[in-house]
Amino acid sequence: MDRRDLAWHVDRVARILVFVGGISAIIFIVGIFVFVTKEGLDFVFGSLDLGEFFTSIAWRPTSNNPTYGALALMVGTASVTGFAMLFSVPLSLGAALYIGEFATGKTREVLKVLVEMLAAIPSVVWGFVGMSIMNPLIIRVFDVPLGLGVLNAGLILGLMAAPIMTTIAEDALKAVPDTYREAAEALGATRWEVILKVVIPASKNGLLAAVLLGVGRGFGETMAVLMASGHAINLPTSPFDSVRALTATIAAELGETVNGSDHWGALFTLGIFLFLVTFIINLTADLVVRGIRKK
Amino acid sequence: MADGGRGDYAIETRGLNLWYGDFQALFDVDLGVKQGIITSMIGPSGCGKTTLLRTCNRIIERLGYVRTTGSVTVLGNDIFGDDVELVQVRKKIGMVFQRPNPLPISIRENVLFGFRLHEARLRKITAAEEHEVLESSLRQVLLWDTVKDRLDKPATGLSLEEQQKLCIARLLPVKPEVLLMDEPCSALDPAGTEAVEEMIWRLRGEYTILVVTHNMAQARRASDECVFMLLGRIIEHGRTEEVFLAPECQETADYIEGRYG
Repeated sequence: MDRRDLAWHVDRVARILVFVGGISAIIFIVGIFVFVTKEGLDFVFGSLDLGEFFTSIAWRPTSNNPTYGALALMVGTASVTGFAMLFSVPLSLGAALYIGEFATGKTREVLKVLVEMLAAIPSVVWGFVGMSIMNPLIIRVFDVPLGLGVLNAGLILGLMAAPIMTTIAEDALKAVPDTYREAAEALGATRWEVILKVVIPASKNGLLAAVLLGVGRGFGETMAVLMASGHAINLPTSPFDSVRALTATIAAELGETVNGSDHWGALFTLGIFLFLVTFIINLTADLVVRGIRKK
Repeated sequence: MADGGRGDYAIETRGLNLWYGDFQALFDVDLGVKQGIITSMIGPSGCGKTTLLRTCNRIIERLGYVRTTGSVTVLGNDIFGDDVELVQVRKKIGMVFQRPNPLPISIRENVLFGFRLHEARLRKITAAEEHEVLESSLRQVLLWDTVKDRLDKPATGLSLEEQQKLCIARLLPVKPEVLLMDEPCSALDPAGTEAVEEMIWRLRGEYTILVVTHNMAQARRASDECVFMLLGRIIEHGRTEEVFLAPECQETADYIEGRYG
């Protein structure tokens, strides 16, 4: 009798703990959103000129006559992320296809571990790679004066986003029931036909979600982009141009602003913008994944 | 039968041994499956009937750790031969699986999947031709009237019985000569079983059918010849009524009477 009571109490406590753990994610997300919005919103509705924010490239928060044009920063983030995806998506999907559909046994296990290890490299190390290896390399190969720019940051960011895209894409491929492959093979499809006509169509939502998560990762990445992009406010016209990312701007400037000032508020506005964009991307990814389950 | 020729047999195995890793699943199997009739394979679970069936189109090799010795000749081709193209072999051999496995595409695309795969390699297919193939295949499996108004709906929305019929229908456009069926009715209810059996019986003659079954009544009423397997060996092979009414081996008699299995 006693023991059952104890078990009952343990069960109850465990249930409460798990419940708290479960809803903590919601609390944190809402908390962060509320905090970031609170810090930025006064500025957004007060002194910010939204037209200027979205259309001007003049980000001069410390000037005597400060302007807060974030266009160059948005374009900076978008161009770096876009460039990253351009080479990272084929690379990651290719890697996922190889790991999921072709590699067997040891090769497969080793590759999976390596890809996951790639995700564990701190972003400052990637930034270091961008500055000290990629930079001189780009200067030498393309004969340009500076190697820190869209190309460099895009390559670094692409490599950083590859592990998550590969892992999610591979999960999506693994979720395709083997009976589909078997059916197609028995009908005389070659391996490529099975992949192109059955596996990829069946997993396309998962693959799209993988890409979107990679994009989200790209938008949010800070340190490596700060180090590899050149951090110059500029609308890029070539892959070798330096740019500045939204995230990098916040990271570089927040420590030097006066708490509560316009500059402070402007940085939080960038934060709200980033939060919204990544939120929309992740939400889309999530809805897309849900789309598969419904079918 | 003539050497290298078709003979009377659609499928012929000689001294076939098969190992899953270290485990030997088939022992020295000599089997001749006659052309144009339905041959059923019965035997307790794990006796190797599914393994044998899946060896006939080499789909068993998907597992990767399978090793075979001996020969399997299908329609006159040694399927393990170096000069044999697996894709061509599989075109001639359709396979129906235990659980209906339509692809996650529309009914139309399912039926045309194999057709498009094989024919598109050779030439351009017209829409009219596709429609004709679609209709005749679905008619052959008695599914046309049920699905003709929802050809573009996902195949996975059909009932299991309809799905299984669809899985048979999609084999027909590539004009196979042999149909391998691995317990095609085991996922169906009695009514579905009856409907699918009846349909399979209608395909008899046009195709050589080798069907694995757990259901002895099914083997008895829906096959011309019957193969009884036990522990990876063929124990008895003969006309179905003889195997059931006057089995030669004691093991067969015991299994048929339900003493084990």
